[in-house]
Parts: sequence; C-alpha cells; structure tokens
Amino acid sequence: MKHLLTTRGLSRADAIRILDTAGQMAATQSREIKKLPTLRGRTVVNLFFEDSTRTRISFETAAKRLSADVINFSAKGSSVSKGESLKDTALTLQAMGADAVVIRHQASGAPHTLAHAGWVEAAVINAGDGMHQHPTQALLDAYTMRRHLMPRVGRGVGVPGVGAGAGLDLAGVRVAIVGDVLHSRVARSNVQLLHTLGAQVTLVAPPTLVPVGVEAWPCEVSYHLDEVLVDLQPDAVMMLRVQRERMSSAGGGFFPSPLEYTRNYGLDAVRLGLLPEHAIVMHPGPMNRGLEISAEAADSPRAVIVEQVANGVAVRMAVLYLLLAGDVSQVGSHERASL
Amino acid sequence: MSSGPGTPSYEHSLSSTSDVARAAELTEVLGATEISRALTRIAHEILERNKGGTSVVLLGIPTRGVPLAERLARRLADVEPGLDARALVGTLDVTMHRDDLHRQPPRAIGSTQLPDGGIDNKVVILVDDVLFSGRTIRAALDALSDIGRPRAVQLAALVDRGHRELPIRPDYVGKNLPTSLNERVSVRLSEIDGEDAVLIGQRQTSAARERGEGDL
Repeated sequence: MKHLLTTRGLSRADAIRILDTAGQMAATQSREIKKLPTLRGRTVVNLFFEDSTRTRISFETAAKRLSADVINFSAKGSSVSKGESLKDTALTLQAMGADAVVIRHQASGAPHTLAHAGWVEAAVINAGDGMHQHPTQALLDAYTMRRHLMPRVGRGVGVPGVGAGAGLDLAGVRVAIVGDVLHSRVARSNVQLLHTLGAQVTLVAPPTLVPVGVEAWPCEVSYHLDEVLVDLQPDAVMMLRVQRERMSSAGGGFFPSPLEYTRNYGLDAVRLGLLPEHAIVMHPGPMNRGLEISAEAADSPRAVIVEQVANGVAVRMAVLYLLLAGDVSQVGSHERASL
Repeated sequence: MSSGPGTPSYEHSLSSTSDVARAAELTEVLGATEISRALTRIAHEILERNKGGTSVVLLGIPTRGVPLAERLARRLADVEPGLDARALVGTLDVTMHRDDLHRQPPRAIGSTQLPDGGIDNKVVILVDDVLFSGRTIRAALDALSDIGRPRAVQLAALVDRGHRELPIRPDYVGKNLPTSLNERVSVRLSEIDGEDAVLIGQRQTSAARERGEGDL
C-alpha cells in the first residue's frame, strides 16, 4: 500500500495490521520518552485546505513522535488564497522533497487526484475530503472499539489494555451510527471499515439526512433511535456532529428545529440507560453539546470520546510507519499490494 | 534475528514446502542437547559474573531471543531457588530503532514488555539467537535508553558468527561459529519451530540478499 485514501480499499488483513501496529505504537506512548527515531530524516507535509485543528495536531504529533520533520501548510494565507491550483501546490511540495502528504480538502476526491495524477511521489494520506472519506478517523474508531469491546463481546474477558484485542477483527460487534449521515465522511469511512472487520452497522438518522443510494451500503438504516437502542442493544453508539456549516442555514431545512432533532436523535441520560452495561459512547468531535449529545452522555464513564483522541495519535503513527518506514520503491508489486 | 532472515514472514516460510528441498543443504551445527548445555553454562556464567541473580533482568530480542531469555530465566531460578523466573524476563522490540528501515518493506512491530520492577538500576542482559553485524544490538541499546537507565548492559547470544560491523562484543556465547558471508545461520527453537537446532547452509538467491537478509 502506497497511499491511504479510503477505507474501501483496505482488506481485513491490512486493517488488522494497522490496528495491531497502532497497539504497539500506543504502548510506546505510555513511556517517559515517547519519541522514537523511526522516521528520522523523513518529511511529512500537512496540507490543510479546510480548517481542522484537531486532525492536524493529531497528525503533527504522530509524525513528530516518530522523529519525522513536519511542515504545516494551511491554505489560508498561502498562495492558494491567491489562486494557486492543487497541481502547482503539489509540484512545490515535490520540489521540496516531501515523503508524505497529509491532505484535508473540501472537495471529495482531491486526495485521490493528488495521489494518482503523477505530481508527487510522496505517500498521500487522506485526512478528510469533502463528504467522502476520513480513513484514519474510521481506523481510530475501530481501534477504540476493539480495545473496549473485543475482550468482552469476542473471545475471553479482560480489562481493556493497550494490547487488548490484538489480532482480532470486530466480528459480532453491533454499532449504531447516529445523526447527520448525509454530510458525514466519518460515517462513510466507518461503515466500510466496520463491515470489512465483521461488525454489524446500523445507521440512524432523520430521513432527510440519509444519503441517496444508502441501500447499496453494507449496513442497515433506521429512522428511530429509541427502537434501535432497545431492539439492537448496540455495543457502541457513535454520535455524529450535526454539520451546520454544510447546511444552508441553521438546520437548513433538514429538520424542523434543533429542539426537535435533539428530542428524536439526541443521546441523553434516558437513552443512555437503554444501552447494555458494557456499551461505549463515541463521537468524532467536535461535539455540539445539547444538540446531538447531552452533557450527561458526553461526560458519562461510558463515553470514550477523549480516549478516541489519544488513540488517533497511535493510529496515525501506525499509518505513517507502514507507509513511510519501508522502501516501497524496492518492493515487488505483490508485497506492495499487501501493504 | 541477527543473522536471521530479513522479515518474520520470510522466517515462517522456512517451514513451508519449498524448504523441504532446502533443508537437505543445511548442516546441523548444534542439536537440542548442545543448545541445552550451552544455555545451562551461560546461566551459571551470568550468576557468577553478577554475584547472583537478584538484580538481573533478561530481555529477549524478538523473535527467537524471547524463548531463549525465558529458558535462561528458568535455569537461573533452578540454580538460585529464591528467584522467580517470570519476574526476571521481558522482551525488547527493536524494530523502530533499526537503521535499515528505509531499505526494506515495513516490518511488523513486536511488543516490548518489561518485568514489573522495570530496568532502572538493574543489570540488563540482552538475549538474542545469532550475533552477526551487531546492528540489532546497537538498535537494542537505543531502545533501552528510551525505557530506562540500567546499571549495566550485558549481551548473551546463542551463536556468534562473527563479521561484526560495530564495536560490539558478547559477554556470554553459546557457540562461536566462524562463518563465511555466503553462509546463512538459522536457529530453530521448539517454542517457535517445533525443534531445537542450529543449522548452517549456503545463502540461496540474490533475491534473499536483496531483501536485506543478514544485514542486521
């Protein structure tokens, strides 16, 4: 594997390999000295056309913990605001010797273009493109689920530790993804990855926020959160942010009012009580407290939202290691295909 | 892994079909009895040099250093009944500290597990199967300095095949085995390979060499 663009192209073995590597990376992060010399001399460019402090910091931390040099490139205040094209930006990065480009772009497919147009030789990592994909988010979600759920749902009982679930997929785990699926690249990436790993996914959203063509996705769809919580008894509930900025005005005509959305699809203490005891609450952040998730739910002991952030660094370290540590140019096509 | 194959996946292929033919070309240098005898002697040397085993920690370097460290720990505990074998032994993954990462396909990262007491102010004995260029041990020394500050570090290897590229010398050796660079030494242990043996044979293909086999 040279690039990480979507979760669709990831095989089960690739995904497990990334999660296992992330487990080893996480183990190094509990040490006094967190920095490893692994990617010394490599250059990672964070190319962010869209604002995202948390993803950028996460990638930056991951690269620095592996001793790579990090260049942050934000479209705001750069030549892009003067009208430079993606191609010219890419050629500039190539000339500067970037080994990996982490790209966040408002247009779906921009990372694909960057990876395949022949402008750069660097490995391209998609850090979120439009309403399309956000693979490292899906991987960190899967990592978090495996750590918490696999010792319980799967084989054997154990305390969630760094190595918990190593080598396992997510077979038998039931996941409910709730909220603004229409605008969510997190939901798209997660549905594909969780399906690959054997989990059973149910999307819960108001009909207006369900994308066209969802019947082709490997998941169930429901419009009623309470029914899903009671009947499915999900092991993990993933709340999605209501993306007001992608809707025309507040709510944008997708739902009558924020209050009604909260009543029907918000996760509050009552709904939390419907969940099985071991279930975890996830959110990719940033949260709209009081809209899709109540403060009680967000701060409950079942919420693993802060841990997701920490796991994000480990997963991104793993991805950078697997894409950058090896000499890809010397590897045969067979080995490259197997990551 | 000093002289072992470049990647763990390749090591596993040793026991696959194509190796039936290859096995014929391998000569056994040490058998199960000799390996056992060598480990017992090393265990006694460790106790003698360190005046007992109370401050000793054995860290095996994956893959085959780990079972060797466990066996040594059991022998130490046998000789000195006060010792708990499990509290003496750990594993040290050096993958992320190697200097050949950019020359090979990405390696799977192993785990580092230290005994409960940690390694601070202990005598750490690194245990590996084959000592070759010394580069694995250099990486191990770097990895050690990230996780603590041992009082001293010593090195035990089942086989020393020479050809050092760094000023590194073992403290305990099972067997000195003068080899040519064209030869390949493989250690097989019952925990991993189902049998105990040290084999020597000719390197097969240039492809194997390109994979960096034996570089570290």
